[in-house]
Formats: sequence, structure tokens, C-alpha cells
Amino acid sequence: MASIELSRIQKRFGTAEVLKDVTLSIADREFVTLVGPSGCGKSTLLRILAGLEAADGGTVQIAGQDMTRVRPAHRNLAMVFQSYALYPHLTIAQNMATPLKLRDLSRWARLPVIGPLSARSAYRAIGEQVRETARTLQIEALLDRKPSQLSGGQRQRAALGRAMVRQPVAFLMDEPLSNLDAALRVHMRAELSELHRRLGATFVYVTHDQAEALTMSDKMAVMMGGRILQFGPPDQVFANPATLDVAEFVGSPKINILPGEVDHDGRVSALGRGIPARLLVDGRLAKVGLRPEQLHLDGGADGWLGRVVHRENLGHDLYFHVALDADDQRLVVRGAQDRNGAESLGDAVRVGFKPDRALFFAPDGTRLHSVVPAKLAESA
Amino acid sequence: MSEAALGASATTRFATREVLKHVVLILGALVVLLPFYVMISYSLKAPAELMQNTGGFFGSQADFLDDRCILLGGTEASCMVNPIAYNYDSAFREAPLFRYLLNGIIVTVSIFVIQVIVALPCAYALAKLKFWGRDAVFGLVLFCLLIPVHAISLPLYVVLAQLGLTNSYAALVIPWTISVFGIFLMRQFFMTVPDDLIDAARMDGMSEYSIVWNVMLPTAIPALMAFAIFSIVAHWNDYFWPRIVITGDRSLFTPPLGLREFRGDADGSNFGPMMASAVVIVTPLIVAFLLMQRRFIEGITLSGMK
Ligand SMILES: Nc1ncnc2c1ncn2[C@@H]1O[C@H](COP(=O)(O)OP(=O)(O)O)[C@@H](O)[C@H]1O
Ligand SMILES: [Mg+2]
Repeated sequence: MASIELSRIQKRFGTAEVLKDVTLSIADREFVTLVGPSGCGKSTLLRILAGLEAADGGTVQIAGQDMTRVRPAHRNLAMVFQSYALYPHLTIAQNMATPLKLRDLSRWARLPVIGPLSARSAYRAIGEQVRETARTLQIEALLDRKPSQLSGGQRQRAALGRAMVRQPVAFLMDEPLSNLDAALRVHMRAELSELHRRLGATFVYVTHDQAEALTMSDKMAVMMGGRILQFGPPDQVFANPATLDVAEFVGSPKINILPGEVDHDGRVSALGRGIPARLLVDGRLAKVGLRPEQLHLDGGADGWLGRVVHRENLGHDLYFHVALDADDQRLVVRGAQDRNGAESLGDAVRVGFKPDRALFFAPDGTRLHSVVPAKLAESA
Repeated sequence: MSEAALGASATTRFATREVLKHVVLILGALVVLLPFYVMISYSLKAPAELMQNTGGFFGSQADFLDDRCILLGGTEASCMVNPIAYNYDSAFREAPLFRYLLNGIIVTVSIFVIQVIVALPCAYALAKLKFWGRDAVFGLVLFCLLIPVHAISLPLYVVLAQLGLTNSYAALVIPWTISVFGIFLMRQFFMTVPDDLIDAARMDGMSEYSIVWNVMLPTAIPALMAFAIFSIVAHWNDYFWPRIVITGDRSLFTPPLGLREFRGDADGSNFGPMMASAVVIVTPLIVAFLLMQRRFIEGITLSGMK
């Protein structure tokens, strides 16, 4: 079990700068998610951590030791790949035994026929470890099958098993759930979190799905364009995003971004409606972010006037897409739980909002903080 | 009514096209099979039947008088022989066919094994490792594909002769051990192997050589089978190179060289035994590939790489 320190990691492929000075420190036993849109460098960062790719600059420390130039196998990390990467010609048991054989057996003892005869006890120990791991993952029945004879979920477990048998100091996972169907994916989220608690190992988990990051991790690092934009606990990242990009990436449906204006007193208004907040920038444009759950459809007389253009029924939640009459602007609004979604397509509605959680951003995307708490600003 | 007529005309048109296709294919097949037909037929018939071109495919299979046996002082009664027995018996008697077959096996198998030992690591490096000049090296491989063997046979021969290696198995094997075609073919196949699989092997602690033999080789069995077919057929049937480097020693003859023994007959008409030995020489290949074909198809269908 180990802490991980990545400091000032740089990587370029040809002229493309893929990682720009990435620093990340992961505590022992933490479940950290690297999340970001496709192509932002998550996999590259994970591969540098694993030792599969060499960084152009920066250092990798695992458990306090500099591992920047150490071969992958000697870092004692295990990786689970999106494609599972099981050896297609070996059974699941053989797949799981491979890392153990390579670690625990001498070159001689690995030879096909002589090996098992000469190092019988070592082979028995390996077999025992494989069965033990298979038991915890409930894949004992699959041990004699080839990967091609398994379903996606079963292969996923087998790949986890191969990672687990070695009892590595940390698990690295690169989008391990994205080849599974939706229901299984949700189920596996819970199972992976549970596995993390049971093993007490450090997990570094890469995903492009912000929902996975929010649900599973102790901390999430939001990456974009080769940088980590924000690193922190999921609820904090969600409630308090550092930049506009983070706010837009985290949360589903996406946060509504409205054009805002700040007058010379620092008072903010969006689409002609005042928002109880004071910003320290005056006379400038700003962007106002309101999450769908902060909006509602009974805005009263001063609500934004609009028309329902789409209803998105998720079962537990109902979202309305509202096209505002005055501006070329669409809002996504979460329907009130108690009103049963009475509004239907084409209905004219007035959109109101709960002002206390509005987020403000400068035109360049940096976060602006209200100098007056929303409650006070409202009463003032 | 019109619809039915339309349907009918469509089916007839369809049928004529099918018939046409099959006629063309059958004609093609006949052209290809004709030499085999002649070879097998000749190996079954008596010399007289061959001269007069009678007896159909099998000949009459009537015993005939073996002239040579008479010359050697046999009685007429003891020299009556069955044509098939005569042809195949002379084939094996006049040339050590088993020895040739054994040579063929030794040479083709050694060539193939060494080619694999050389080509797999090369192909792996070209397909999956990043190093300076990789594309240039691959370009060179492609370039070498274009060089006909005959063009370099003379310098090759000179080198082998100076090393004193002519008239040896080494002379038959060494020039073929680096197969650019093998490297190219395996490289193309390795390109399709997912990078994740190789990375997983590295995480598990395999060395690069270990990856070649324990990960790439098993997944590449279908491609290797295809290469085996090319390599073994080419070298089993090769007449040109053995003819150059094996000049005297009959015990080093490969099967195609063995066929030459019959060409030199005084009357130049001893087709029966010659065709019999041709049959003996091609049979192992045909049998081997009938067996391999199964494994080959199996290999392709099994390789559900995921
Ligand atoms: N081996 C490589 N050679 C060249 N470019 C690469 C290589 N690997 C990744 N890249 C590029 O680096 C960027 C980041 O890739 P990656 O880390 O895989 O992104 P992510 O996993 O976040 O989707 C992408 O633009 C990709 O095209
Ligand atoms: Mg990726």
C-alpha cells in the first residue's frame, strides 16, 4: 500500500504537448479518479505512472521512492485495461497465475514440463492464491475457460482478478467499465468501491464519465487539455468548481450558463433579472451558472418567460428543456418532485431560480466569488 | 400478372448468371487439375499404353513384360509385372526417394523454424516498439521484398563456396533464414494485436523477448500457418537453389532434384516411374496441407481477439 506523488510531469508526442506540468499527490489507500474529456491525457498520465510510457520531464514517486526510471513490473502496480487485455490463448486460471509465475518463479521453474515437476510447492502456492482471489471475485467456476468464452462482465472480473493476485501497492484502472452495458456498469461501480474498501489499497481510476468519478472516488482530478484543473473531493468539485470548464464538465444534465452583467456597484444580473450577489469586478460581462436543480418552473411574475421544447423523463427525475422567448437561450430545468411534471410540450412557463447557489465566472472562465453571501445580498 | 412475370424473369436471369459463373469456375479448375490428372494417370499405366496413348485413366492394369528384367537374365514368366508396381518400384529403386524426402523435410523444416526465430522478433519490433529509424527499416524490408532471389544467387553462391559450404545442408538452409516476406507478413499481423495486451504483459513482468514468444506467437498462430504454407511450399518445391549448391552428392538431393534422375534416361520415355516419383514427391505436401487446412481455419475462427 502506498502513496503516489507525480510532480511536474510533462509529455509530448511529436509537437503535441499532451501533459503540461501535471502535479498530483495521492495519499495511501485513497481512491482517486482522473476524469476529463477524451484526449485530455488521462491515459497518458496513468501510463507514465505505470512506467509504460516515459515522461519527458518530472518525477514519479511511489511509497516515497523515486520510480521514474523503474521498469513497470518492479513498481508493483497492477493495471486493469479497458479492453481487459487477457491473454486470449490462456485460461482464466493461467491468466491470473502469469504475474505470480513471473514474480515468484525462477527462469527454470517457469519451463513448461520440468518447471511444475521441480518447483511443485511453488506451483501449488500460486494455484492456491489464484483460487483464493477467484473466490473473492466469485469467478471460481470460470477458471478453466478461455477469455473468448466469457461475457464482458466476466472478463472484467477476470482482469480484476489478474490485477489482485499480486497484491500490488496500487491499482491503476483505465476506463475499466466502459465496455460494459449500462446496468452492469452501475452495479460494478458499487462493487469496485466495496473492493477498494476491502483491499485497503490505493486506486487510481481513469474515466471520461463524470458520474463514475462523482460516485466512486474519495478525490477526483478534473483534467482538460493536459492540465489538472481541479483536485478535490467530488462534492466539493461539484458544488464549488474552480473554472467554467469544470462546472460544465461535472454534473448531468449540464449546468446552464447564462450571459450576465455586472454594474458599477458589483451587482449581477442575468438576462435582465437581478441576482443577489456582489462581485468585485464592475462594469464587466460575466457568466452565471445555474444547475438544473436550482431552477424551477414557477418563477412568478419576474421569471424568465419561455416555452417547453423537450421533456426528458429519467424516471426518478424529469427535466424540461425551455427555450426562452426573449433571448436565444435554452435552459434545462429539473421538474418539481410534487407537481408530477404537469407542464407539457409547448406550454409557456416562467423559469425562476434559487439564488443561493449561483456560480459566477469571468469571460475567460475563471471563477468569481461573491463578496457578500447570497442571503445578505438579497436582504440588502 | 406483370409482377409474376417480372419475378420469373428475375429468377431465370439469376439462374443463368449462376450457371455462367460455375461454368467459368469449372473450366478454371479443369485447367489447374489437368497436369495432376496426367501425372497420376501416367504413374498407373504401362509403358506401351503411354506410348500409344491408350487405356484411359487407369490403363488396363494387365501385367507386361519388363525388358530390363529380361536383360538381367530373368525368365519371361518371372519378368511379368503389374504397371503400378513397376512404376513405383522403379521410382524407389532408381533413386533413393526416401532419402530425398527426408532431405526435403530436414531442409524445409530447418528453414521454417529459423525463419520464425528471426522474423518474429523483427516483426514485433517493427510493429510495436518505437525506435529511431523504424520506418526506414520497414521501408528497407519492403524494398527487399522486391528483389528476386535469382538476382542475388550468384554472389550468394560465391560466398558460400568461399566458406566451403557448398554441398551441405547449410548451403540449402542459410540463404533463406531471413525471410523479409515473413517479417512483413508477421508485422502486418502484429499491428492488429492490441497494445493493451502487450502493456498487460509488461505489467505482469514479461521481458520483450518473453512477450514475443509467450504472447505474440500464440496469438499469431493463424498468420504463422499462412506463412508456413508459403515457406514450406516454396522451399519444398524449389529446384533452382538446390541445383546450384548441391553439385555432386546425391545424398543431399531434395525431392525436386530427385526428379531429374529420370530425365536422363537413354530413351527419354520412362514416364511411368518418373510420374510415380512426382506423385511421391507432391503427396506429402498435399497431405500436410489437407491436415493443416483444418488447423488453419480453426486458428482464424478461434482468434477472437478481445
Ligand atoms: N503513442 C502516442 N503517440 C502519439 N500521440 C499520442 C499517443 N498516445 C496518446 N497520444 C495523444 O495524446 C493525447 C492524449 O491521449 P490519451 O492520454 O490517450 O487521452 P485520454 O486517455 O484522456 O483520452 C491524445 O491527443 C492522443 O492523440
Ligand atoms: Mg484513454
